[in-house]
Formats: sequence, structure tokens, C-alpha cells
Amino acid sequence: MTAYNFAFLDEQTKRMIRRAVLKAVAIPGYQVPFGSREMPLSYGWGTGGVQVTASVIGPDDVLKVIDQGADDTTNAVSLRQFFVRTTGVRTTTRTDEATLIQTRHRIPETALRAGQIVVLQVPIPEPLRWLEPRETETRTMHALEEYGVMWVRLYEDITRHGRVETAYDYPVVVNDRYLMRPSPIPKFDNPKLDRNPALLLFGAGREKRIYAVPPHTRVRSLDFVDHPFKVEAWEEPCALCGARAVFLDEIVVDDKGGRMFVCSDTDFCERRRAGEAPR
Amino acid sequence: MYVAVKGGEAAIANAHRMLAEDRRGDPAVPELSLEQIQQQLTLAVDRVMTEGALYDRELAALAIKQARGDLPEAIFLLRAYRTTLPRFGASRPLDTGRMVVRRRISATFKDVPGGQVLGPTFDYTHRLLDFSLAVPREPAASSPPAPTRSEAPAGDGAMPRVIELLDREGLIESEAPDAEERVVADITREPLEFPADRDARLQGLARGDEGFLLALGYATQRGYGRNHPFAGEIRLGEVVVEVVPEELGFAIGVGELTLTECQMVNQFKGSAVAPPQFTRGYGLAFGHAERKAMAMALVDRALRARELDEPVTAPSQDEEFVLSHGDNVEAAGFVQHLKLPHHVDFQSELVLLRALRADGAAAEAAG
Repeated sequence: MTAYNFAFLDEQTKRMIRRAVLKAVAIPGYQVPFGSREMPLSYGWGTGGVQVTASVIGPDDVLKVIDQGADDTTNAVSLRQFFVRTTGVRTTTRTDEATLIQTRHRIPETALRAGQIVVLQVPIPEPLRWLEPRETETRTMHALEEYGVMWVRLYEDITRHGRVETAYDYPVVVNDRYLMRPSPIPKFDNPKLDRNPALLLFGAGREKRIYAVPPHTRVRSLDFVDHPFKVEAWEEPCALCGARAVFLDEIVVDDKGGRMFVCSDTDFCERRRAGEAPR
Repeated sequence: MYVAVKGGEAAIANAHRMLAEDRRGDPAVPELSLEQIQQQLTLAVDRVMTEGALYDRELAALAIKQARGDLPEAIFLLRAYRTTLPRFGASRPLDTGRMVVRRRISATFKDVPGGQVLGPTFDYTHRLLDFSLAVPREPAASSPPAPTRSEAPAGDGAMPRVIELLDREGLIESEAPDAEERVVADITREPLEFPADRDARLQGLARGDEGFLLALGYATQRGYGRNHPFAGEIRLGEVVVEVVPEELGFAIGVGELTLTECQMVNQFKGSAVAPPQFTRGYGLAFGHAERKAMAMALVDRALRARELDEPVTAPSQDEEFVLSHGDNVEAAGFVQHLKLPHHVDFQSELVLLRALRADGAAAEAAG
């Protein structure tokens, strides 16, 4: 063997994955089983996202890859290199320039637009997994829309701690039907899922599931009337660009308790500092 | 002043260079050849082929060399290569009854047709370090050569499987071959669904991590899902792979595989619909891999609990537990992905934890 196919996967596999993606789009929030392949990178590093990206990418796409909101974290660099090597597509760090964005743990701060595809890497797709470890059971629960255990869990959190004890991977209901795990994005990003004009695709390689939030689909974070859903907030703005109401990374700057807070979304932060005003 | 961290790209390139240097070790020491690995680390090659699910000694040796002897890493390399290979078709079912046997033992009968053949085994070695191996030796011209395969006491090649003796008496559950046209599951192409059929389960076990299966099989012996096993037969040898090309319409041999097969015989008290009888557990591995084949047979039998109407009380009887966690490429990946940056989720947790603490402090002040 001398060369790999465009985007590594063979065309039959891409078609199989695209069929799963189409089914996922047709049933928003439903986890579609697919014949996940073994990829030349480790499970847990984004094999599901990589397979979805590889199946939808074309030579004219402009690709952005982020991990923790940043374009230059090691795994983002590694995955970008993988696609440059196997597709030769143009890459970018600018959210507004990208047609295809693969991401782990964040949704960009810059508003997405129609026509863009965001691929999220998913470790555990099943929102009920910590409450019921058995796949046979959870599939039945989804079929019957039997989500009482999750409501009870949230209720118990509130009675014990006064608030829901989930900071990331906060459960959502998609299109008023399927309970969905938004992949471990911080709950700060949950509101971005709701009626987003971009197509959001979720790929779980090891668990062999694909699911989707089609453009403009309603996505509701679970809450109670007297305990509305709330996102994280920081007391100070980004120390580099001054942005407020964005997700901040906490940087430990010395061993005496010194901290500073900066944007997790590096592209957003850089462009603000360059005098552009994204969004 | 903090500046956003850059340089992931350079760090990765440097890491790969250092890895290559460490792999090579001291350049004054001659480099390992793939032939040496194939010839002298045969059991490592066998394990990598089995769990890598690809029968190719040379590629397995390359993977072992590239992985610096880390077998799960080598298995991963082989799997990632395997997934790119086209499928030409399926072979005829292997007939291990026609195996050219190099080793064959039964623990259930003192003697069996075809005889007990000890073959190349560690079983009765005394585990004393052989310091004479520390110095490379010239092949001794004087010592008699080990019996070759043709000289092995295989007789006319007739070595019926021991388990068939029980079958003739009706003392063991009978096993009928599948219909020719039945398509066998392929868990590398279709996602595994539960409940899984035995073909899919056996595939999962064959690819499964030897250590994981060993521990589960061992647990069944100690009472966690006990199934009273006897090693009916273990055999090692070469089996011809046959395919039926469409244009020919008859079977032709396309090569041979070295296989280890284990047929476990297990007690069964009977159920409402079945009389008391022996039941079967099956293990099969590429190359010489008895520990793997035996552990696999124990777990295969344990996973038949549902079908045999036995209570499912132990992890080794629980197919979701076993098949979802037995693959070392999946397991190694997910365990080790914790090394990747998680600082966004961690920050979320910090914010939440600080808020919970503040709630608590406020409540205390108010109280």
C-alpha cells in the first residue's frame, strides 16, 4: 500500500458514516449506531469526530480544529495535521472562515452561521449512562421517552446542595424528544446549541454512535421553573482582551495563589486584541 | 505576564524524535531485525496477531519493533492497518479436525485416539533462569534435531476431536454447523448490539485482551459464575484455509494458519427443557496461545448463561460487561485519554465547587 484515500477512510466507509449522519439529522438527538472503524489515532483522542469529519470533508472545505477552545493545544495540532496530510485542505484558526470545525469540549464564542458544520468529539454518548450502565436498558428508556431518573437526579441535587451539581455535559432535550449529552462542553456552551444556524454533529468512535442537532433545532437544558438553568460566570473579564460573558481559562501564574483569567477561545481573544470585534 | 501558550506543533515533532531515539536505544548495539522478532519472539508475534485480528507475522513483527515491545501498542498499530484492508470475501469454515497437529492434549481421558502429544510447551519446564541463554550460541551440530512435523506421531493425520467422542454418546450438547448461507457477524464492520449472538461474542473474545479474559476466566473458577470446566482438548497446529472462488465453484486452499484451539467441557445440571449433560466452551487463537484460548473458552461458556437458563450473577456471565470492556485498544485509549487537556471542564467544576462552598458559607453565616 502506497497511499491512503482522501481523508483516510475508504469511500464505502464514508458512505456508511454519511448514512448514519443523515439518519441522525432526521431524528435530532437520537444516537445512531454505526460501524466505527479503527483509526490510526487512539480511542479517546477523537476517533468519532475524526470519522465524521473525514466523511463529510471535501477538497473545498476550510477546516478549523480546536481542543479546549484553542487551536494550538497538542491534540488540536495533531488532528489538524492528520487532515492536512490526508486531504490537503486549507485550514484556518478563524471561526468565521471555517466551513468545518472539529472541536473537543467547546463551542466557539464567535457566532456560527448557516452552512457551517461543527463536529464534536464525544467520549460517552449516553446521557443516562451514570444512572443505568446497561445499553439494553437505556435504549428502551429512550424509546419510551422515560427520563424520570434524570429529573429525579436533578431534583435530588437541588434538595441536597441547592443547585444542580453538573458543570459540563449538562443534559439537554433536543426537539422536545430525545435526552442528549452535549459531549463534555461546559454548561456555559449549552445555550449555543439552541436553534444554532450551523449543523452540529456528534461522533463517538469507541462507543460507535453518531448523533446530531440540525440547524435551528430547539435544544433545552433541563431545569425546573423555580430553579432555572444558569451558566457559569466570572467576576472579572479576560485579562488579555477584556471580554466579558465568555468562558475563561484559569491560569496559575505563580505558587503563591496568583491567578489570571483569559479567554478559552484563543481565536476570539486574538481577534479582539487585533481590534476586530467578532460576533 | 502570561502569554497564550504556543508551540504544540514543535513539541509534537520533538516528542516523535525523542521516541525514535529511545526506540533505537544504544546505536552500538545491533538493530533488531524483523526476522529475529518473527523467529525468536514468536509468542509475542502470536499475541499481536490474535488481538490485532490480522494473521501476518511480518507486519506483527514490525508493529512489535515500532512499539518498542509494548504489545498492546503493537496490537493497536496492527488494528489501525487492518482497518484499511479491502475484504475479498470469507473463507470456508476452518476444519480444525483436519489440523496437522504439533501438540494435542486432553485432560478428560487418559488416552485418546491419535494419542496425547505434548509438543512444544512450557508446562513441565522448571522455571529456573537458563543462564546459558545469556550468551548467544552457535547451533549445536551434534544434538539431535527436534522432531519435525512429519515425524510427529500424528499417524495418518486422523486425530478426531476428543469432544466428538462424548458427542457420539449424546452426553454433550450437540453442535450443528450453521447453514452455508448464514452470514457470520463481523463486529469490525457493524456495531455490536446486545443481546449479542455467539458468533459476535466469540469474535469479541478472540480480539479481547488476554489479561482481561484470564482474570475473568480465573474468577469463574473461583466461584464468580462457576461453570465446572474440564479441558476436553487443547490442540496446536496448522490448518488449511480454503475459499470457494465464485468462478470455480469448488474449494481451493489459499494458505495455512497456525492455531491454538481449546474445547472446554463443562458440567450442566440440566434445565426445564434440557437433560443433564456436558456443555461446551470454545477458545481459538492465532499461533501458540494456550492461556488465551483456555481463558476465552471459560468466558465463552460463562456468557452462555442466558441461553442455558442459568442465573447471571457474575461479571464474566454478563455480555455487556465483558464485550464492552474486553478490547484493549478501546480500553487503553479511553483510560489514557485522561492525559489530554481537560482544563475547560475542570474550570467548570472549579466554578461550581466554589459556588457550592460560597452557598455553604453564606448559610452558616445566616444560621
